[in-house]
Parts: sequence; structure tokens; C-alpha cells
Amino acid sequence: MLSPHTAAAVDRAPVFYDDGEHHPQQGTLLGFWLYLMSDCLIFAVLFATYGVLGRSYAAGPSGADLFELPLVALNTALLLFSSITYGFAMISMQHGRQKGVLAWLAVTGLFGLGFLSVELHEFTHLIHEGFGPQRSAFLSSFFTLVGTHGLHVTFGTVWLVTLMVQVQRLGLIPENRRRLMCLSMFWHFLDVVWIGVFTFVYLMGVLP
Amino acid sequence: MSAHPATHDHGGHAAHADEGYHATFKGYVVGFLLSAVLTAIPFWLVMGKVLPSSQATALVIAGFAAVQMVVHMVYFLHMNAKVESGWSMLALVFTAALVLIMLAGSIWVMFHLNTNMMPTHGPQETRVMP
Repeated sequence: MLSPHTAAAVDRAPVFYDDGEHHPQQGTLLGFWLYLMSDCLIFAVLFATYGVLGRSYAAGPSGADLFELPLVALNTALLLFSSITYGFAMISMQHGRQKGVLAWLAVTGLFGLGFLSVELHEFTHLIHEGFGPQRSAFLSSFFTLVGTHGLHVTFGTVWLVTLMVQVQRLGLIPENRRRLMCLSMFWHFLDVVWIGVFTFVYLMGVLP
Repeated sequence: MSAHPATHDHGGHAAHADEGYHATFKGYVVGFLLSAVLTAIPFWLVMGKVLPSSQATALVIAGFAAVQMVVHMVYFLHMNAKVESGWSMLALVFTAALVLIMLAGSIWVMFHLNTNMMPTHGPQETRVMP
């Protein structure tokens, strides 16, 4: 005997939950999320390496001798501001305002460039002082971890400029919206990694 | 799985498919303010040398970092159990577990390695071990 529930389901018109149309987009975003998770594992390995080697100074300078916290605070602020301006770009996108998207992306890109120039200044300063990656295990793991993050920001900025050109030429077409969402995840993800960097590398590095 | 009627999903796919990542102005501002506070406090604790012991400071700022990561996940990455029918959250939890094992395991093993690699006093001592 059929239960009342089944009988009701049979009576109704067939319901298709999967029309196969929106799968490519969802697939991209989920796939990109999985890429970010694997990227997260790369950073976890680098953090673990730093955790193991970060106190091996080889009679060289320690974090307390080298790190300039005001610069790190500036960098953190730049990255945090770039996160919210990217958010404003996404909101402009949702409202279909192409000019707003381009303007906020430009602001985000400038914050990203600011971050990169401060970091490059820090790195060149360290290397000029003779405290390059070859000085000690601490500095090797420091340059690898922070440099990998900086490389990600560099490529994120290149990607951002590329998308600005795309949006300029093609408008806010679904493909561009999808690309902007992927970059949004990438950009915010880099900010999450930076939380780990400034906490575990810089702030804990200068603790006596 | 929520059972929408199929008609609800038809039309305007480009606009609807991103609903999982729907961003709001308020969400971003709240996330930004929380992050600013959660960043400022650790910097103040370290630069102002507020707490007497380094270990206590390290523990507290690690706690702030963990909270701020969650804030970023929720307010900026719009993470919740519904995105992609929960697959994103599943991947995130799996990654977090791997990260935890990798970090805790590496540090645990490597810090004990030094102790365990200390030369023993003689070969006879190691043989006494059952």
C-alpha cells in the first residue's frame, strides 16, 4: 500500500531539481575554493617550517632585532583596507554599476601595490644589511613564508588589472562576474593568511 | 537538501547562481570594524608590552588571530554551511583538520627530536630498556 506521502508525490507534476544550466558556474566557484584550500596547505607547510626553524638564528639576528612593527602595522592596515574596498567592488557588481566596480578595483589595486612596495622595501633593507635568506634558518624560513605570500599578492594584483581590462572591454557579463568572485575569494584568502603571518611571524617574533 | 519548486530556479541564472556569495554593505563594514579591532589589540599588546610574560602575550594574540580568521571567513568570504550545499564547508573543515595535524605534528615531533636524539650514556643503557 502506498503511503499518503508517496501518493501525493506521484500526483504532482514532475519536479526537476537539476536543469543542468547553472552547473558550470557553481563548479568554478567550488573548484576555486578547493584550489584555495590546497593553497592553504602550502601555507600550512611553510608555517610549520617557520615554526620549527624560526628560532634557529645561527648566531645571527633574531626577529626582535630585525622586525619593524610600525611597518608591519602599516602593511596590515593596507591589506585590510584593500579587503573592504574589494568588498565594495563586489557590491557595485551586484548592483550592476560598472564604473563603481572599476573604481573600487583600482583602489584595491593601489592598496595592493602599497602593500607590495612596503614589503619589498623591508626585504631589500634586510638583504642590504646582510640578513638575506642565506644568513640563518630563521631568515630562510621567514623569506620563504612571507615571500610566498607576497608572490600571491603580486599575482593577485596582476589578475586584478587583467580583470579591470576585461570589465572595461566586455562589461559585467556573467563570465566577468564569475571571475570577479574568484578573485574576491583569492584576495580575502590572502588577507586571512596575512593574519597568520603578522601574528605568528612578526608579533610573536619580537616577543622577548 | 531544500526542495525548491523547479519554477523558482528558472530564469536569470547569471544573477541567481551567485546567491551563495551575496555580499552586503553592512556585512563588509561590520567585518572590517571587527577586523580592525582584532588587529589593533594584538599590536597594542606587543608594542606596548602590556602583559608581563611573553608566553601569556603569545597565547592571547594567537587567540585574537583565530577569532579574526573566523571573522574574515564569515564576513568577507561569506562562509556558511549552505554555500555549494555544504561542500565548501566540508572542504574547509577537512583542510583545517589537515592544517592542525600538520602544524601540531611538525612542531611536536621536531621539538622532541632534539631531546630524543641526545646521545645516551652508553650502549648498555639502551639494552636495559624492555
